[in-house]
Amino acid sequence: MAGLDLLPAVIDLVAVLLLALGIKGLSKVSTARSANGLAALAMGLAVLGLLIQQPLSAQAWLWIAIGTAAGGLLGLVTAQRVPMTAMPETVALFNGCGGMASLLVALGVALYSPGGAPGLVEQISIVISVFVGAITFSGSIVAMGKLQGWIDTPGWTQSSLRHGVNISLAVACLAGSITLPGAMAGAPLWVLVVASSLLGIGVTLPIGGADMPVVISLLNSYSGVAAAAAGFVVGSQLLIVAGAMVGAAGLILTQVMCTGMNRSLVSVLFGGALGGAAPVGGGGDEAGYTRITSCSAEECALALEAAERVVFVPGYGLAVAQAQHALRELSKLLEAHGVEVTYAIHPVAGRMPGHMNVLLAEADVPYEQLLEMDTINPEFPRTDVVIVLGANDVVNPDAKSDSSSPLFGMPVLEVDQARQVFVVKRSLGAGYAGIKNALFELPQTAMVFGDAKAVLNGLLSELRSMGVGKKVAA
Amino acid sequence: MSALSQALWVLLLGSLLGLELIGKVPPTLHTPLMSGANAISGITVLASLTLIAQANGQVPLLLLGSLSLGFALFNVVGGFLVTDRMLAMFSRKKTRSGGAG
Repeated sequence: MAGLDLLPAVIDLVAVLLLALGIKGLSKVSTARSANGLAALAMGLAVLGLLIQQPLSAQAWLWIAIGTAAGGLLGLVTAQRVPMTAMPETVALFNGCGGMASLLVALGVALYSPGGAPGLVEQISIVISVFVGAITFSGSIVAMGKLQGWIDTPGWTQSSLRHGVNISLAVACLAGSITLPGAMAGAPLWVLVVASSLLGIGVTLPIGGADMPVVISLLNSYSGVAAAAAGFVVGSQLLIVAGAMVGAAGLILTQVMCTGMNRSLVSVLFGGALGGAAPVGGGGDEAGYTRITSCSAEECALALEAAERVVFVPGYGLAVAQAQHALRELSKLLEAHGVEVTYAIHPVAGRMPGHMNVLLAEADVPYEQLLEMDTINPEFPRTDVVIVLGANDVVNPDAKSDSSSPLFGMPVLEVDQARQVFVVKRSLGAGYAGIKNALFELPQTAMVFGDAKAVLNGLLSELRSMGVGKKVAA
Repeated sequence: MSALSQALWVLLLGSLLGLELIGKVPPTLHTPLMSGANAISGITVLASLTLIAQANGQVPLLLLGSLSLGFALFNVVGGFLVTDRMLAMFSRKKTRSGGAG
């Protein structure tokens, strides 16, 4: 008998070990993929351990099968269908559903007390699980909607009115939490559910689209907390460990993103959208610029053809235009012509840290050509041509030199050191920070106006018509 | 109370472990790591299954448990697969034909 009792505990311990090894392995390029598999295996083990521990009726198995089929199939299809450019909103969606799961478990325990009347610890855990789970869900869905462009930032959320609304909601949550133990299945529970959900919306809605990755990362951390709280509710230590690990991981990642954008977490969460709040001289239009040189794709192609060293700076605009494959074609053509091509990756390029690496890897760009900011910055002075593709604030030289700039102090790619800079951009509209970019007015800078993908394809055909890299297949 | 203090220790040590484990990660891996960690947070499946196991034939509980299991599994299955898809791109041996997506 002792052996049988021990088995689930051993399975749990092995599962925790594998989860920890999985998270650790995910932090190295060479081991990341197998580590992800390891974590998935650990999850399977944990489920197995639970299933042999709990006596289950045929009816229970039926409901398990229904839930498994629905969730598993939807997850499978979503994971295969979603394009790589939509990765941040996909993570947000998954994350929100994790929060919803914790919320539902806590609701079930609160409403029907299946394990007997909940004690104080369970009651507190239920409150945390409902509160955090609801915020995670509604916040993640709003974040997804904003990234997809389904939801705009309403005007009232940029005024101080939003603080009043959110404080009222927080007070309602608190009131619900305090009165909850007196009436487990009564009104306080529903007050808490509704107020927490609205609070998740109220807190996420005012935040600008560019800060959304930070929010997703933070919500990811919350879903870990919600899982840990659910662990207290049902008394599962494995759940507590895993939830705590994810919660901690999310916090670290959030901090990394804030550092990369030179934003503090407090200003992201309570400062509103950066562009809306800052007094912008020309209202974000073209009026602010006076010394702009624009040029055609043909001139740009001529400069590329003559260059020995070219650096591409891909940004958000490249991801939006889905131009990573066209970029890879162009660099292959240039390489065949004997040009040395590298990519400068700012820590927050794309929509999340590391997102640009994923997008370029999708287009088969060799990993060694992606250089991080600290590696590439000393190389710019000996670079002939820099092509900035849909990046703006991360190449703004004011961040180094102008202490009055809102960007001052943010680490930037020092492309102004290069001999020639081409900026591919749709218009002279401001970046998300809503400020002018001094780079655009430098004498060595020329603007190539247009959609990143269209411009890159234009460059490709110009170069081909010049007879560059004839042997390379399209 | 000893069960509670044990659970709190587990919470504390788990948090510290999480902080240590991902202390230094190359920026390249931040998005896959976030996605992978997110998949792991779907471990709430355990809570959903426990709820179903304890339901004792109460249909509302079974329904809540099953719904919760569906949401959690969506997170887990989708999260791990999407992470794998991202990480597969980093392996250099990948053939060109597999890249569309």
